[in-house]
Amino acid sequence: MPTNGAPTRITQGSHTRGGIGESTLRPDGTLKVTGEFAYASDMWHEDMLWGQILRSTVAHAEIVSIDTSEALATPGVYAVLTYDDLPTEVRHYGLEIQDTPVLAHGRVRHHGEPVAVVAADHPETARRAAARIRVEYRDLPVITDEASATAPAAVLLHENRTDPHAAHVRHPNIVHRQPIIRGDVERARRRADVIVEGEYVFGMQDQAFLGPESGLAVPAEDGGVDLYIATQWLHADLRQIAPVLGLPEDKIRMTLSGVGGAFGGREDLSMQIHACLLALRTGKPVKMVYNRFESFFGHVHRHPAKLYYEHGATHDGKLTHVKARIVLDGGAYASSSPAVVGNAASLGVGPYVIDDVDIEAVALYTNNPPCGAMRGFGAVQACFAYEAQMDKLAARLGMDPVEFRRLNAMSQGSLLPTGQVVDSPAPVAELLRRVKAMPLPPEQQWLVAGEEADVRQLPGGLSNTTHGEGVVRGIGYAVGIKNVGFSEGFDDYSTARVRLEAAGGEPVATVHTAMAEVGQGGVTVHAQIARTELGVAQVTILPADTRVGSAGSTSASRQTYVTGGAVRNACELVREQILERGRRRFGAHHPAWATAELLLEGGKVVTDGGEVLADLVDVLGDEAVEIEQEWRHRPTEPFDLRTGQGFGHVQYSFAAHRAVVEVDTELGLVKVIELACAQDVGKALNPLSVTGQIQGGTTQGLGVAVMEEIIVDPRTAKVRNPSFTDYLIPTILDTPTIPVDVLELADDHAPYGLRGVGEAPTLSSTPAVLAAIRNATGLELNRTPVRPEHLTGG
Amino acid sequence: MDFLRPASWEEALAAKAEHPTAVPIAGGTDVMVEINFDHRRPEYLLDLTRIGDLYEWEAGEHSVRLGASVPYTRIMENLRTELPGLALASHTVASPQIRNRGGVGGNLGTASPAGDAHPALLAAGAEVEAESVRGTRRIPIDAFYTGVKRNALAADELIRAVHINKADGPQQFSKVGTRNAMVIAVCAFGLALHPETRTVRTGIGSAAPTPIRATAAEEFLNAALDEDGLWDSGRIITPSVAKQFAELCAAACNPIDDVRGTARYRRHAVGVMARRTLMWTWESYRGNARTMEGAA
Repeated sequence: MPTNGAPTRITQGSHTRGGIGESTLRPDGTLKVTGEFAYASDMWHEDMLWGQILRSTVAHAEIVSIDTSEALATPGVYAVLTYDDLPTEVRHYGLEIQDTPVLAHGRVRHHGEPVAVVAADHPETARRAAARIRVEYRDLPVITDEASATAPAAVLLHENRTDPHAAHVRHPNIVHRQPIIRGDVERARRRADVIVEGEYVFGMQDQAFLGPESGLAVPAEDGGVDLYIATQWLHADLRQIAPVLGLPEDKIRMTLSGVGGAFGGREDLSMQIHACLLALRTGKPVKMVYNRFESFFGHVHRHPAKLYYEHGATHDGKLTHVKARIVLDGGAYASSSPAVVGNAASLGVGPYVIDDVDIEAVALYTNNPPCGAMRGFGAVQACFAYEAQMDKLAARLGMDPVEFRRLNAMSQGSLLPTGQVVDSPAPVAELLRRVKAMPLPPEQQWLVAGEEADVRQLPGGLSNTTHGEGVVRGIGYAVGIKNVGFSEGFDDYSTARVRLEAAGGEPVATVHTAMAEVGQGGVTVHAQIARTELGVAQVTILPADTRVGSAGSTSASRQTYVTGGAVRNACELVREQILERGRRRFGAHHPAWATAELLLEGGKVVTDGGEVLADLVDVLGDEAVEIEQEWRHRPTEPFDLRTGQGFGHVQYSFAAHRAVVEVDTELGLVKVIELACAQDVGKALNPLSVTGQIQGGTTQGLGVAVMEEIIVDPRTAKVRNPSFTDYLIPTILDTPTIPVDVLELADDHAPYGLRGVGEAPTLSSTPAVLAAIRNATGLELNRTPVRPEHLTGG
Repeated sequence: MDFLRPASWEEALAAKAEHPTAVPIAGGTDVMVEINFDHRRPEYLLDLTRIGDLYEWEAGEHSVRLGASVPYTRIMENLRTELPGLALASHTVASPQIRNRGGVGGNLGTASPAGDAHPALLAAGAEVEAESVRGTRRIPIDAFYTGVKRNALAADELIRAVHINKADGPQQFSKVGTRNAMVIAVCAFGLALHPETRTVRTGIGSAAPTPIRATAAEEFLNAALDEDGLWDSGRIITPSVAKQFAELCAAACNPIDDVRGTARYRRHAVGVMARRTLMWTWESYRGNARTMEGAA
């Protein structure tokens, strides 16, 4: 039976080494550093075939014909499948809207869309055979922006829509629209002494996880299939795969294989169905691995956005109103665009108190690459814009940008524009105060080491472009708000199975969940929780698979909260059974069994006074205790479609950044010297992991501030830089010192009071860097990422 | 694809003569990328890694004979004094792993305008030692680059070594990329002062279809230095001279717009790098001159 998420107490109160609050090391850490960790792309099976996708070379076209005969005749080829070969009537999938064809049907809607799949006995044979498939295209006009998407005669990306959003959008090429209306902006505007407006552009960022999409499908004797896959959510994959294959879910056994990063890019299916189809068709195991080039086409990206903001404030620095319009480009298929819209709209004001709000967020269908989940999920784009607005307002008012923000910062008890009351700590002003109070790195740091300039400390680095000439320092601040967990009424639960047994004279706990470990450190934290709750040293974490109930997605900063909560909950239930068994077996020996508060600690049952009552192994005997239980956080509700009112989010997460940059103002090159971050994490279950998440999120935010962008040709909607040669991510020389100040103000609604950590630092990092570059150059810079020519006027 | 593995230079030349379409491969840092991306599928790969001579260098009185496969790491570590411009350029090549494998022969063979070694070779003055079964010739670097990714080698020729003039004065190299390491040049600039001949030489990368010299800028600066007697006096170069030099360097460019940068930015950046590298090298020259005066 599902239980609800109200915590009974913070912990059982005992202390066990390696429990929560300690920086225990990750079990996969050494293996990953030494190159021994087995990623999904390392899998191998006797007799396996290799799958290869043929992708569209154009962004929008009718498919006139597909000729697979030459590919099929290639020696070593076992199967070539197109849309017509799909086994059931279910031929589309999607996270929220089932609009994505497994293989293109009569039309391709974006560059790189899968058209056919090949299985062959060698990857090179598969590639060559795929290249021999003849596809005749008849070009259609490309839709690339809001104007072309919503023109009255625009070609519709998806005709005859029946999804839940179709009814409330004003054009079928709009995926979803969410307004947030509160108060009276027209009236509030009259109170404003200053009004600032801005138009902002956010470029298309890629998750750029280092382990490309890969999986291995093995046909089983019962007609089903075993799928080993790098994903973020096994059960969501399963729900989408099964109907396409025409198999019951229990005939598809999924096991998580080594995941090399995700950041949202593995929420949607990639080759899961293709590999299974080929395996079932050929009767042989089929492995598929994308290379980096294909990976850029193989997953959704962060929505590029255009944002229009108007803010007002009084002379004394109080915000009067905000009016905003956020246009997200969802590309050819919906993916998670509706939820991204909900986030962008509901978090579009930022962590500020503004009573009069008029926000509209929309996502478009276009022929650009499909966009969906990425770390920060709609809140990132909004934060970039509203933080630029805060600096503009502060400048107009002659106020310090940090003080201006602090004056308007939300806090516990504040009312959000959705009507939701912030019912846990929201130390926005305090986070800003803390990053501002940190000591600044020394001026002209490149001269600190000696007489010669240390070019590594300068813009351009070892490229040796400046020895200090033209270099100006800039400092900028930003703060953001991110929701934690799935929102808008989603049944966001997780499942954990916990077993406690005696093995080799020791109590051993086994934790089994379907949580996708994508590098976030969930497996480390689960073991810590089990140690703390069961008072044992030995914890085994079983591989994640679908033999246990859903854990929900490894995204939305939710796994420590939700699956961590499920593990804790299951441990509590196990503990109750153990104590019950102990009372039955040993209750007669000691009165404390009946009267005292009992804890599990150090492998023993102890009283809260510290008296040992029994060894756990003796209580357990030969009989293990095992519990599998679902666990939910408190429910949320959808936003009203007209006003955006509603208890939409379960928890909020806040981070603030101060960026210090050195800008070569003549060459337009930027070196970020330091990105200080302060974040409230409620409770750091593993402080080292928390710091890692904050530094990683900060760096990903830096990436989209100064270099990361998928460049799409506006005439053809084709991707121009699908490689790590031209899609640049920060190297260690681009990564600044990242001092981290962690606050732990408990959220009483959450397990251990914890707050999801992973995304908030990605929000404020980007606008802080932009603010610092503006501070150094005096330029307006309404677009991210900033390229050198934006700073030199070229 | 056939993989040819000559054990000696003579065998390599014979193989190249027999299979003129064979693509030589040493570090593989260019060739393997092209093969992996299926941009080319050569009939023959000619593996040069067994020819030890290609990994050797020799410093003579006036020049360094640098084997075609000497990795950039070795150049950085060992040839900083003799070839300072090339050593600085080597620092900017990709990552440590790539620098451990890649060498100047590959840059020359590929002849991409973005190759990091080219501006330094142009500025220092160099000759490419090309050889075939027909014999050996030395191709002046100024005549080596013939078009986008094309060079002056005949189909049966292999690059054995590069002869680079030893620095007789300060040299500098700058490269603009959109991150601080591991980046392909948006544009690059090399400058070498040659006090012995009282000339300067330049090299520009990624700002024209081939690596080029800014000859008009060099001529202007040679004349300006000569006219004002600056080689002897060691006085500072006036900002107006530096500015005009920079403008002429920018004017020598014939860049394109691409995903890495705009033509306009490339021109601008080459000008900035020209001015800065001129200031650095000239300050260094003046400093050395003063030191020598003091010693005399």
